[in-house]
Amino acid sequence: MPSTLTEPTDRVDGSGNLPTAPRTPATAGVALRMERTAAQPLAGGDADTDPAAEPAVDLRDVSVYYGSFRAVKNITFDVPPNAITSLIGPSGSGKSTLLRAVNRMNDLIPGTRFEGEVLYHGENLYAEQVDPVEVRRRIGMVFQKPNPFPKSIYDNVAFGPRINGFRGKLDEVVESSLRRAALWDEVKDKLKQSGLALSGGQQQRLCIARAIAVQPEIILMDEPASALDPRSTLQIEELMSELKKNYTIIIVTHNMQQAARASDYTVFMNMGEDRAGYIVERSRTTDIFTNPKHQMTEDYVSGRFG
Amino acid sequence: MQPGASLRRDPSLATALRGTAARHRRERVIGAVLLGAALLTVVVSALIILSLFGGAVDFIRQIDLGTLFADGWYPRRGEFDLKTLVAGSLLVTGIALLLAVPVGLLSAIYLSEYASRRVRRIVKPILEVLAGIPSVVLGFFALTFISPVFVQRLNPGTSDFNLLAAGLGVGILTIPLIASVSEDSMRAVPAALREASYGLGARRLTTSVKIVVPAATSGIVAAVILGISRAIGETMVVAVAAGGSGGAQFTVDPFHQGQTITAAMASLATGTDRVAGATSAFQSLFFLGLMLFIMTFVLNQLGDIFVRRTRQQY
Ligand SMILES: Nc1ncnc2c1ncn2[C@@H]1O[C@H](COP(=O)(O)OP(=O)(O)O)[C@@H](O)[C@H]1O
Ligand SMILES: [Mg+2]
Repeated sequence: MPSTLTEPTDRVDGSGNLPTAPRTPATAGVALRMERTAAQPLAGGDADTDPAAEPAVDLRDVSVYYGSFRAVKNITFDVPPNAITSLIGPSGSGKSTLLRAVNRMNDLIPGTRFEGEVLYHGENLYAEQVDPVEVRRRIGMVFQKPNPFPKSIYDNVAFGPRINGFRGKLDEVVESSLRRAALWDEVKDKLKQSGLALSGGQQQRLCIARAIAVQPEIILMDEPASALDPRSTLQIEELMSELKKNYTIIIVTHNMQQAARASDYTVFMNMGEDRAGYIVERSRTTDIFTNPKHQMTEDYVSGRFG
Repeated sequence: MQPGASLRRDPSLATALRGTAARHRRERVIGAVLLGAALLTVVVSALIILSLFGGAVDFIRQIDLGTLFADGWYPRRGEFDLKTLVAGSLLVTGIALLLAVPVGLLSAIYLSEYASRRVRRIVKPILEVLAGIPSVVLGFFALTFISPVFVQRLNPGTSDFNLLAAGLGVGILTIPLIASVSEDSMRAVPAALREASYGLGARRLTTSVKIVVPAATSGIVAAVILGISRAIGETMVVAVAAGGSGGAQFTVDPFHQGQTITAAMASLATGTDRVAGATSAFQSLFFLGLMLFIMTFVLNQLGDIFVRRTRQQY
């Protein structure tokens, strides 16, 4: 096992010091019809974000239906790159639904329907020619309950690179991913052990390492710490702020302190009479918590409802 | 409150706490009935094994041991070549599995991972109909369809009766069992594992083959073992299609006629292969039964060990 890797700090872009996933320009171009680097900055970002930075992903008038039930309606916001955006709101307001819409995970549920656009470097991820598999390779996901595969720790992390036809040094990807997920020191001597033998917090960091290993640009996290003890929760939060140097993170959380502590931007959702979730307010996290624009936001973050 | 106050006893409560005599009697009766049922199972199993042993020992005593190693299985002539039957059984079972395992597994993957709920609602009952076909009908199908349409075309000159047709017939019978048991175990794999896989950019086939099937290994192994037991134990298809009643030459060629342990037993029991006055032929039934029992028993034990070793908890 090579152990000479240094902690990388810059974005992984094929020329960095991390072994890269086989995202050749040809395949990426075919799949999404546009290279990441070739994307034009999009006009009309939110007033609160740096207008010069192109958003990592940009949702336009998104509605998601389960059958005839509309779970979220007319959602528009952009997600700044290399930052943590948190989605907060009462249970059932459609946070998970919205998050899963970003990498087309909802496609896997029969009967879901999507309206609107999710723009990723100017490409609509819901355009007809777009393959959801290609989308998920670029936008990874960490789930609420840790869900490691019943395989070894090594094989868990190596799964993504393997199925994506990775041709480099797998050992190095596994090590660097585990390092980035702050798990390496705890598991380096037992990589052959089952991922299920780890504690809940370790399992969740393994799942983060597994997501990182395919080198996505964006990582979606759906209440990643809700099943964990306070110490593991703090570890995950520290990890997130480390990860945002290299990745864009969108996190759903029901924990107000967590949103306040860990995120740079916050989207507050609520649901209307029709139970469809909508955005009440989206701002810098400090503004949401200290200077909200809406009374409803203030009531929610101060714990008066939800 | 005085501590002594709570010590005052209520005699009616004491009685009530003892319960009624009728209730106690009922409990005892229920216990006895359940115990009886359990004992009955044990006793019947023990009797079966004992009678097999007894009959088998009688058989061995009656015959010249050399007749167990002859050119073929001809009970009327007093030739009880065991390897003929073992080879026949293994051949038929092997052929059956060669057909049933891949087809059954692929159907299971399709039903569990690919089919929409509507398609599954239509296909599953069809599979169950297949499982419900009487095996004598399948034997007839093997003889009148599989043999001429497939086997004799594959190898012209083959007799109507042959082990390959019988094996394929048994295989068809075994498909639904393997498909449905493995499908159940695949569907029991948590959706969270599939989501994790899809979330990493895996396709459906990758997810099925690399995540779902390995996670369902123990159930799939159990399905295959049940399939083997089913195939080894199958009698009618072989009796009809393999052409072994009346005796069979030792062979390992699937295009030949042959006999399996079970079909030989059926022939013996129905009298086809029995000669008046010669009791040893009939006694050999017990010996074969014992062999079959031991084979199945060992198989199940092996299966159990394998299942336990590969079981993966989620
Ligand atoms: N698979 C599904 N099928 C039907 N309705 C669903 C499904 N998942 C979620 N919903 C509904 O969509 C709404 C939003 O759910 P969800 O996105 O899970 O909210 P949150 O994550 O904010 O609690 C809820 O009313 C929920 O009942
Ligand atoms: Mg949720």
